Amino acid sequence: MSNLVLDSASRWFGNVVAVNDVSLSIGPGVTGLLGPNGAGKTTLMAMMAGFLAPSAGHVTLDGQPVWRNTEIYRQIGLVPERELSFGYLTGRQFVRANADLHRLPDAAAATERILEEVDMVEPAGRRLDTYSKGMRQRVKIAAALVHQPSVLLLDEPFNGVDPRQRMHLMDLLRRLGDEGRTVLFSSHILEEVERLARHIEVVVSGRHAASGDFGAIRRLMTDRPVQYAVQSSDNRTLAAALMAEVSVRAVSIRGEHLDVQVDDLGSFAVRLPGLARQHDVTILELSPSDESLESVFAYLVAR
Amino acid sequence: MISPGEPVRTVFNPTIAKLALQALLGRRRFYLLLAFPVLLIGLVTLITVLADGDAAFEILPGLGYPLVLPLVAILAASSVLGPEVDDGSIVYLLSKPVSRYGVAISKWVVALGATLTAGALPILVAALITGDSTRALGLFVGAVVAGTTYSALFLAISAVTRHAVIASLMFVLIWESLLGNLFTGIAWLSIGQWGLRIGHEISSELPDPANLGYAIIASLLVTVVGVWFAGDRLRSFTLRGDE
Repeated sequence: MSNLVLDSASRWFGNVVAVNDVSLSIGPGVTGLLGPNGAGKTTLMAMMAGFLAPSAGHVTLDGQPVWRNTEIYRQIGLVPERELSFGYLTGRQFVRANADLHRLPDAAAATERILEEVDMVEPAGRRLDTYSKGMRQRVKIAAALVHQPSVLLLDEPFNGVDPRQRMHLMDLLRRLGDEGRTVLFSSHILEEVERLARHIEVVVSGRHAASGDFGAIRRLMTDRPVQYAVQSSDNRTLAAALMAEVSVRAVSIRGEHLDVQVDDLGSFAVRLPGLARQHDVTILELSPSDESLESVFAYLVAR
Repeated sequence: MISPGEPVRTVFNPTIAKLALQALLGRRRFYLLLAFPVLLIGLVTLITVLADGDAAFEILPGLGYPLVLPLVAILAASSVLGPEVDDGSIVYLLSKPVSRYGVAISKWVVALGATLTAGALPILVAALITGDSTRALGLFVGAVVAGTTYSALFLAISAVTRHAVIASLMFVLIWESLLGNLFTGIAWLSIGQWGLRIGHEISSELPDPANLGYAIIASLLVTVVGVWFAGDRLRSFTLRGDE
């Protein structure tokens, strides 16, 4: 049972702030670190894994600082996003080298046990450079787990992994979380995090934007106002009609389009067709104008 | 809570050394490393056959010792550490309770072995071909000392900068060779000259550029500080994201 704690941790590179005053505590179970690309997830991961000094604040594992503390790796298993450059080794040799570096009393048995756990016994005799992305990811996880660490850190573990392998990896991580290990993985894909993590930390632009169980975060994300662009046969008539709706927060005319800001997505979608028919307006085009994940995150930050 | 395992010891780590050796043998640079001694011995043999006098031996203090030896050391030192630091994959070795100084020592031992095998030993073989075994032994001892010091210095440089090969080449070509030939004072700050001074104790045919005690202490100091420094840089190894 281990707790990884960031206490007002910041990291800047020159005058670029990558991580800005983040405080959070990661405990046992699976936690997802969610954020768009470039949000500072990798920087946060590097600080938590002891491979980056915080510019300000502290990063500790069970009270011990992780930076320049070699002993910490008895407790931590790290799965970097970085590709394996040991292509000339077989999967078994690579995992075994990790076991040897930990000076495990029975490195050979530990290697076989963990290969079995990640379901890589059969291909373990082949060279790493013949592996698929999903296999390499599983071997990396095996290497990080061979010493049974209480904390497992994974940076974008599902990137480039095909859907079947992804399910497989998720089952594995879920099992590790259920065993009481502290498992933290980063991702920029909402659905991945939703399916796996019980607890979620959201970072946007280097700031800690939200924290909580998935239900709470999902509500935050779906309850936000949504922007639509509508084109119709009579924009002004439609605008007037829309403004009378409770779910509509703002309407503005922009050239050939109407920009509509909606508070309650569900009732707007139900009401719009009826409203158009009632006023004899034909809807020519309806498109969400800010559905990207970035805008969802931006909304969370602005709150 | 950190579980009380075996304490992290600063010692030679056979696993790290094995991986370093595999990295050295597995890259294309290895053939370049082999080409140097083959060419050197071939050239010396050819000139011994074709030319009279000491022309063949002159290649060794003129080309083999000041150029081939440090180039081999640069290739060896940068191969065991450089690529892993560059692409960040050294993080797989460093996310372990393994002393960083132990990592540096183990990688240095591999680089040293390669430098002596592909740098110092061929110099001995080539010198023996030209005759005079005392002179050959003196040059060999100098090459062993200089090769040891070079490999530690270049390892330290590999741990600091991505441009380790360029920086090391500049040290050898501009500082030691070009400026060293112009200003005799540079002998006091030249690894190659320290080695020659120590070799001079065996064969007085080798030059006597500096004080013996100084040459020994300076070689020792650069070696120890170089390896220690590489270990210290690894302790602070920073993983940069792609973002």
